Amino acid sequence: MLIALALLLAWLARNTLANMAARGIQAGWDFIGDAAGFDIGEAPIAFDAGQSYGRAFLVGVLNTLRVALAGIATATLLGGAIGLARLSRNALLSRLAGLYVELFRNVPLLVQLLLWYLLLVEYLPDPGEPLRLGSWLLLSKGGLSLPWPDEGGWSLPQPGPFAVEGGATLTPEFVALWGGLSLYTAAFIAEVVRGGVLAVPRGQTEAALSIGLSRAQVLRRVVLPQALRVIVPPLANQYLNLTKNSSLAVAIGYPDVVSIANTALNQTGRALECISLIMAVYLCTSLLTAALMHALDRRAAIRER
Amino acid sequence: MSFNLPGILPRMKTLAPLLAPLAAALAFSATPALAGKTLDAIKQRDQVVVGVSTGVAGFSAADSQGRWSGFDVDFGRAFAAAVLGDANKVRWVPLSSQQRFTALQSGEVDVLSRNTSFTLTRDASLGLHQTAINFFDGQGFMVPAKTKVKSARQLKGASVCLQSGTTTEKNLTDFSRTHNLNLKPVVFEKIEAANAAYFSGRCQAYTTDASGLAAIRSREAKDPKEHVILPELISKEPLGPLVRRGDDEWFAIVKWVVYGLIEAEEAGITQANADKLKAESTDPVVQRLLGKSDDMGKLLGLDRDWLLRAVKAVGNYGEIYERNVGEKTPVDLPRGKNALWNQGGLLYAPPVR
Repeated sequence: MLIALALLLAWLARNTLANMAARGIQAGWDFIGDAAGFDIGEAPIAFDAGQSYGRAFLVGVLNTLRVALAGIATATLLGGAIGLARLSRNALLSRLAGLYVELFRNVPLLVQLLLWYLLLVEYLPDPGEPLRLGSWLLLSKGGLSLPWPDEGGWSLPQPGPFAVEGGATLTPEFVALWGGLSLYTAAFIAEVVRGGVLAVPRGQTEAALSIGLSRAQVLRRVVLPQALRVIVPPLANQYLNLTKNSSLAVAIGYPDVVSIANTALNQTGRALECISLIMAVYLCTSLLTAALMHALDRRAAIRER
Repeated sequence: MSFNLPGILPRMKTLAPLLAPLAAALAFSATPALAGKTLDAIKQRDQVVVGVSTGVAGFSAADSQGRWSGFDVDFGRAFAAAVLGDANKVRWVPLSSQQRFTALQSGEVDVLSRNTSFTLTRDASLGLHQTAINFFDGQGFMVPAKTKVKSARQLKGASVCLQSGTTTEKNLTDFSRTHNLNLKPVVFEKIEAANAAYFSGRCQAYTTDASGLAAIRSREAKDPKEHVILPELISKEPLGPLVRRGDDEWFAIVKWVVYGLIEAEEAGITQANADKLKAESTDPVVQRLLGKSDDMGKLLGLDRDWLLRAVKAVGNYGEIYERNVGEKTPVDLPRGKNALWNQGGLLYAPPVR
């Protein structure tokens, strides 16, 4: 069966390349070494237009990982809190948590991202007149500017003629994407956590309470360790979803790997190569995340004696 | 490897539902190349499929009833009138910047009339042909009037909103490096998001082709007077229709319809007087263009009235320009470089002879 699949894929690849050659469409990976010719709005490593497409893709991958990791961290914390809140005996807390989950799960993510981005960009101060928070932070439509180490000393953000200059900036694109992804995925994670906690037999809670543990101790020492078994696999799913959903960054102007691959695609015309590169990046990231979560899964599993 | 037939058979049963879609996938993937068949397909379908933009005011935009109008749209209708005899035998396919070349390469559209710039990469490596330039444009900047910026060289350190998938990013970077401006691009996939970001103040400037800037300002700005299009044009953007390689006849027809409409303006043929001129004119150029004396259409694989039909459907080049992007329209672009060569512009069509 696998042989048949491999043969099919090989045949499709040959057919595609032959058709492309027949129509005069050039293919190949040689463009990776060429100068990119475009700037990237925000890059964790130094990048300018004279460097190669390969380096541009690397910047894109780093940007994607940056927002995915940040998103996973906040989504887990928020989702865990909301899931537990929904199980609370306080009716107001549990209703509010329920409302949060229903609201954020059911609105499409793209709509949420656009909403946060447009709100941020509408209500932040004009870049020409940034708001000074404390002595080193400047807030404007260009983002939150903080001091950043630069060649030995510190680069401090200063108001410039158009925008804040110097320092490092958390752009509204990054913040909107991070916030939107976190809020959206937290709603799903809340349900996963709630399901996990409910899966622990009631007898455990009752027994723990009867030996005098407080509610918080019951949760921390008895329920959650057992719930973790049920939570970890769907949680891995949600992390993968969050990583893949970060590709919506291109709609709000954040230069993630999809956005940069799109630019490269348009400049070189190598559609097949660029799209397959995007697919490979997401496949590798997902497989890595799944492997990590699988290791976590094994640690959380019940050890049969 | 031991071959246990009874062991395999149950597994085959579960695999059987997969065979039908697999076979379908195989069948669809085996389509032959469309070399040389575009014109035949158009005639057989009795319709020209034209790729246009998703909504650029003045070039190709749909109104609330779904009727398409614009500069590129009129050229699409001219192609249909020349080949099929009826300017309405067109299907419009809106395409984003990312999709446009793949749609043309794959055969989804017959011609791309979508304010697309001619470049070497597009002509040489995509399996496409650039036909004739019908609009000389350049990339420019738009800034809010309140920033009091008078020249693009003053934009040091500014954030610039733009749409991905075009020649814009590279031009912006070239300009930024040449003049040491350290411009920061904020790149959006959809033009609507880019517009929203610029008009809410996220970026200090917006960049795209100057014709696009005028279109966006007229359609999206709350008060068009609050936005200024800076005088510098930082690149050459010659716009025109593109076709697939492999059908030289269709390539020639598209190219010569564009040239023919420019020649018609030069010869003074308009939508209103075309019939009259065909009947009465003694000017040999007019007679040749309208098919009265020589049959130029036959050489293209069409009939002698090809250009007459095109002019009657959409007018000559000047009329198309004035109707869609001229000074009486909200887009309000002066002819400038798009005037005829003998009137100070760059439009110089080879003679229809």
